[in-house]
Amino acid sequence: MSALFNYILKIGDDSLILGHRLSEWCGHGPILEEDIAMTNIALDLVGQATTLLNYAGELEGNGRDGDALAFLRFDREYKNLLLVEQPNGDFGMTMMRQFFFDAYRLPLFEKLQKSSDATLAAIAEKSLKETKYHLRHSSEWVIRLGDGTEESHKRIQDALDTLWRYTDELFLQDEHDLELIEKGVVPDLEEIRKDWQKTVDTVLQEATLEVPKNNWTFSGGRNGMHSEHLGYILAELQYMQRAYPNMKW
Amino acid sequence: MVTREQVWKWLYEVSDPEIPVLSIIDLGVVREVNVEADLCLITITPTYSGCPAMKTIEDDIISKLKQEGVEDVKVNLVLSPAWTTDWISEEGREKLRAYGIAPPENEVDKSVLFAEPPTVPCPLCTSRNTRMISLFGSTACKAQYQCNDCLEPFDYFKCLK
Repeated sequence: MSALFNYILKIGDDSLILGHRLSEWCGHGPILEEDIAMTNIALDLVGQATTLLNYAGELEGNGRDGDALAFLRFDREYKNLLLVEQPNGDFGMTMMRQFFFDAYRLPLFEKLQKSSDATLAAIAEKSLKETKYHLRHSSEWVIRLGDGTEESHKRIQDALDTLWRYTDELFLQDEHDLELIEKGVVPDLEEIRKDWQKTVDTVLQEATLEVPKNNWTFSGGRNGMHSEHLGYILAELQYMQRAYPNMKW
Repeated sequence: MVTREQVWKWLYEVSDPEIPVLSIIDLGVVREVNVEADLCLITITPTYSGCPAMKTIEDDIISKLKQEGVEDVKVNLVLSPAWTTDWISEEGREKLRAYGIAPPENEVDKSVLFAEPPTVPCPLCTSRNTRMISLFGSTACKAQYQCNDCLEPFDYFKCLK
C-alpha cells in the first residue's frame, strides 16, 4: 500500500466520519440557525471526503472509487481519528469536538497547499477556504458557552474534560508519513501542533476554560483500532449499499 | 463547426440551479471552453467542496449544448485555482442585489479568530444598519442577515477568498 494512499485515506476518513456525525444534528439543532450551520459544515466535510476518497481510489488503482471506499470497507479499515467518531453529546460537546478539529485542519490545509503532490495541494487550497468559516464558527461558540452562564460554562468544560484525551492523536505520525514529509508531500505534524496549540490556548483563555491536568491519551484510530461508536456509524452509513449492493440513488 | 465564442454565449444562458437569476458565467464557475473538431470541452470549478449544485450544473451544460446541436460535450472539474467570490461578475452582483441577496463585500483576508462580521447593506432598503444572524444560510455560499431598519431578513452571499 502506498504511503500517499494511506495518508489520503486518513484525512478523507476524518472528513467523512465527522461530516456524518454533524449530519445527525439535522432536524435536532438547538435553534434553526445552528441546525443549518451544522448541516452546512457537514456538507463541506462530505464534499471534501468525496474528493479525497476518489483520489485515494485513483492512487490505489484497483478500481475502487470514493463511494466504494466510503461504503464498502470494514471498521478496521477506516483510518479516522477517534475524536471525530465520538458521539455528538450536547451542543457544547459537538462544538468542542469541532473546534479541536478545525483548529487542526486549518494549519494542515495551509501547509498542504504547498505539497509537491499537485492534486493534494489543489484539494487543500479548495478546502482551506471553507475551513476558515468552520473555525470561526466553532471558536465563537466555545467562547460564548465558556464565558456564558454557569450552566453553559459547566457543560462546555465537561466537553473539554471528556475530549481532551483524544487530541494527542491528531499529531501521531507513522513511518509512511515520515517518508512523505521527507519528500515534501505533507507537513510535519509537529509543526501543525504548534499552530493548533496557539489557537487552542487563545480561545480557551478567552472562554475561561481550563485544560484538564490528567494527561492520559487515547489513540488507535489511525491503525483501524476504533471505539465502539464507529461500528454504529458504519451500520447506518453503509446500510443501503450492504442491503442492496450497487444500488444507485 | 461551432466557435468558442458561440459556446460561451450558450453557456451564458445556463443558470445557477440555486440562484436562477444568475448565469453560471456570472458566477465564475466556467473556467475554460475548448472546441476541438467535434468535441466541446468545458472546464468548471466548484464553489464549495460539497456544493450539490455542481452535478446539476454539469448536466445542464450538457443538455444546453445538445439542444444547440453540439453532440460531443465533456465537462471537466478542476479544483485549482480555487473559486473565489471575486470571480462573480459586476453584472452578477447587480442581479443578486435585485433578487434580494446581498452580494459579497470585498472583505480583506482577515484573521479567522475574533473577526467582526462584515457590514452588509440591506438589498431592500440599502441601509447599512444590519446584523449577522448566522454565518451559515440556506446554501453553503450564504450567511443570514437582518436589516435593523426595514427589518427584512436577507441572505448574504458570503465572501470566499
